[in-house]
Amino acid sequence: MEFGTFLVQCLNALQYGLLLFLVASGLTLIFGIMGVINLAHGSFYMIGAYMAYALAPFVAKWTGGGFFATLAVGLVLSVALGYVLEWAFYSFLYEREHLQQVLMTYGLILVFEELRSILVGNDVHGVKAPDWLAGSIPLGDLMTYPVYRLFISAVCVALAAAMYLVLTRTRLGMMIRAGATNREMVQSLGVDIQFLYRVVFAAGVALAVFAGMIAAPVSSVYPGMGSQVLIICFVVVVIGGIGSVRGALFAALLIGLVDTFGKVVFPHAAGVLVYVMMALILLWKPDGLFKAG
Amino acid sequence: MDFRGGRNVVLAAAVVAALALFPLVAGKFGIDLVTKIMIFAVLALSLELLVGQTGLVCFGQAAFFGIGAYAVVLATPQYQAVSIFWLAPLAVACATLYALFVGSLVLRTRGVYFIMVTLAFAQMAYYVFHDTPLGRGTDGVYLYVRPSAEVFGVTLVNFEKPVSLYYVALAALVATFAFLAVLLRSRFGRALAGIKANEQRMRAAGFSTYAYKLAAFTLSGAIAGFAGVLFAVKDAFVNPELLAWHLSGSLLVMIILGGLGRLWGAVIGAFAYALLQEFFQSQAIFGDLAKHWLLGLGLTIIAMVALLPEGLAGLPAAVSRRLARKPARSAGGNA
Amino acid sequence: MATPDVLMRGEKLTRRWGGLTAVDEVSLELARGSVHAVIGTNGAGKSTLINLLSGEIPPSSGRVELKGVDVTAWPQPARARAGLGRSYQRTTIFPQFTVFENCRLSAQSRLQRPWAWWERADACALAVEAARGAAAKAGLAAEIDRPAGLLSHGGRRQLEIAMCLATDPEVLLLDEPLAGMGAEETDRMLELLAELRPGHAILLVEHDMDAVFRVADRITVMVNGAVIASDAPQAVRANPEVQAAYLGHHA
Repeated sequence: MEFGTFLVQCLNALQYGLLLFLVASGLTLIFGIMGVINLAHGSFYMIGAYMAYALAPFVAKWTGGGFFATLAVGLVLSVALGYVLEWAFYSFLYEREHLQQVLMTYGLILVFEELRSILVGNDVHGVKAPDWLAGSIPLGDLMTYPVYRLFISAVCVALAAAMYLVLTRTRLGMMIRAGATNREMVQSLGVDIQFLYRVVFAAGVALAVFAGMIAAPVSSVYPGMGSQVLIICFVVVVIGGIGSVRGALFAALLIGLVDTFGKVVFPHAAGVLVYVMMALILLWKPDGLFKAG
Repeated sequence: MDFRGGRNVVLAAAVVAALALFPLVAGKFGIDLVTKIMIFAVLALSLELLVGQTGLVCFGQAAFFGIGAYAVVLATPQYQAVSIFWLAPLAVACATLYALFVGSLVLRTRGVYFIMVTLAFAQMAYYVFHDTPLGRGTDGVYLYVRPSAEVFGVTLVNFEKPVSLYYVALAALVATFAFLAVLLRSRFGRALAGIKANEQRMRAAGFSTYAYKLAAFTLSGAIAGFAGVLFAVKDAFVNPELLAWHLSGSLLVMIILGGLGRLWGAVIGAFAYALLQEFFQSQAIFGDLAKHWLLGLGLTIIAMVALLPEGLAGLPAAVSRRLARKPARSAGGNA
Repeated sequence: MATPDVLMRGEKLTRRWGGLTAVDEVSLELARGSVHAVIGTNGAGKSTLINLLSGEIPPSSGRVELKGVDVTAWPQPARARAGLGRSYQRTTIFPQFTVFENCRLSAQSRLQRPWAWWERADACALAVEAARGAAAKAGLAAEIDRPAGLLSHGGRRQLEIAMCLATDPEVLLLDEPLAGMGAEETDRMLELLAELRPGHAILLVEHDMDAVFRVADRITVMVNGAVIASDAPQAVRANPEVQAAYLGHHA
């Protein structure tokens, strides 16, 4: 492999891994803190991507704004969505068995997918990146790299850093970390657990929606994109260890690398490679690499 | 357990008799539908063994089903019938081996990890048939010649005839059910029940629970593969969607719908799920929404989890609890 | 006294959790025909010690011997089949099953035959007999057909012991079998222990000091994971260090 190509693939791997991290970090925290296995998490990513596509005309008409205005509107909507969903569907799942959580959130997937099909249809759509991010920058003598992909990576890094600061420097972050390690302990500390759950859930939904929105110009939007992301995120969480944000970051980047370079080296088996890696890690560490607690 | 009462035997016999007589009154569509449901009932039974009897929530059962089905198609040369007597064992063996491999890894994990990892391994099998040359493409593969079932030159079953397929599926369902019913009363079955109830105690008593769970997982994969064989022979077509996680999810819905922890719950669940599907797909009732039938299914599932956590089998108990609670509350209010 | 028939031996058993040493170089012997009590405050490492002996958790260092064989690397089920029975401090039964089925399933571990899928589990006369015998010994003969979940707290503790006995062990590790029992139930349990003593080696972790001194042949005192005394009951009672560290609270 030529150096220029290698560099491009590295950047692609980084961008994919970081995007996965945004989705998976919410999933791992929701499980770690609330003890809920949320199959519908991939749907939030899908909803985000479709928002980027479907909201844009409305946002342009009403506010005259472009991509970033759409992002802002989508974020506000996603927090509201997360808050309402937690109240309506998830709040009574906490004490239920995993099996019931699986079923309920599976039902939600079906509902989200069909609503999407009714509202937007089943076609594949492209989403335009803002003009000033649409170009490419030269990379070495022959290669170029799209600016928008660099933008995605930069935003993800900024968000990951912000998440790190919130988790390590604030009281809320302390409660979240403690909750991911030991739920009972946080409950016994007299923290308003209901509030904590809502915040974490809404934040997890917002992260997934946001990831979907900024990914849309690159990945385009299509039916089934949610479940694809969901299952890869499960692999991220399994490899990283449930409840561990650090583990999710590490595992997401690892998967980004394996998947991106796998497509180059074994074009036919790329889809399988990530799972083979998961199998090997399970053999070695059944609880994941960074088990919380 | 399922045949203890004489009443249950009579009931089971009546159901089997009704199913056996059904082709005499039903048309082509009905025979085809019930054949399919019975195959899915076999598949649901395989999952019930894991989820309902052993307490292992497997979200990847479709993989074993799909592998069994694909093996039948891929092992058949293009224009030549192959004897079912070696095709079926070969296909079941493929599913069994994959179940053994997956089980040996996933059983190292517990609880929610187990759910996610079984799903991930099913997805791995999905991608093998979806992406690699082995699966011959995403559009699926046709089985041009159905297998033969000859013994010493005498054809026992003609798989080209829908009615024959119907009775084969019925026999398979009865055999699987009877086998599992006997198995669950055996020491192995009781040990699985013990593992479901309290694995720590089973280990303290001297049961190597990992080996038991692996045996159950592998057996379950074998039965699912068997269902896959039936499906491939019936449809003469396979595609990667047979391994897709939506089928695994639907199977879980089936066994919960019918009621977990009872073998007949899986069978009732398979029929109820199919009826539900027919209902929500009915244009007469839902008009244009009929093609969005999954919306109705999703809402039903949500309502079921919220209101009926024990499934249809728990319905009578839930109703009587409701009835018993209401007067009690009003009496309390009066006092 | 003849040389004691040592059935189980722990040598310098140590278990660390991160920086905390829960069990610190504990050595002890369990001989047939004697009750060896382990006492200590909460968090002294008594339950961890039982878990190390039974194989539930591996030791950080040290060695476990069962009937003369080094079983340190054996998993718990293998040790159980070799004749090691244990009861739990937090009742660990099958609440949905009947008392009989709880015991029968435990007894089944001695004759597992998992491949015999056509045989009814309850057709095995040996297991059925062992189950009835164990339930009767533990004083549950009258409640044999009740669902275990409906038993009283004392009844569940008895069942815990019955399930342990049903596996026909030679070594018994009993984790606070008397916890939450009334005076009458305690008496019956102590009688049972005395009855079991001749054929078994018994480790008894217990908080009830009166009971311990009534039944124990030897007492080991643990403080912060380490053994501070291990001797005959009278000597332990007289030990000033023990009195200062532990018995002092009761005196």
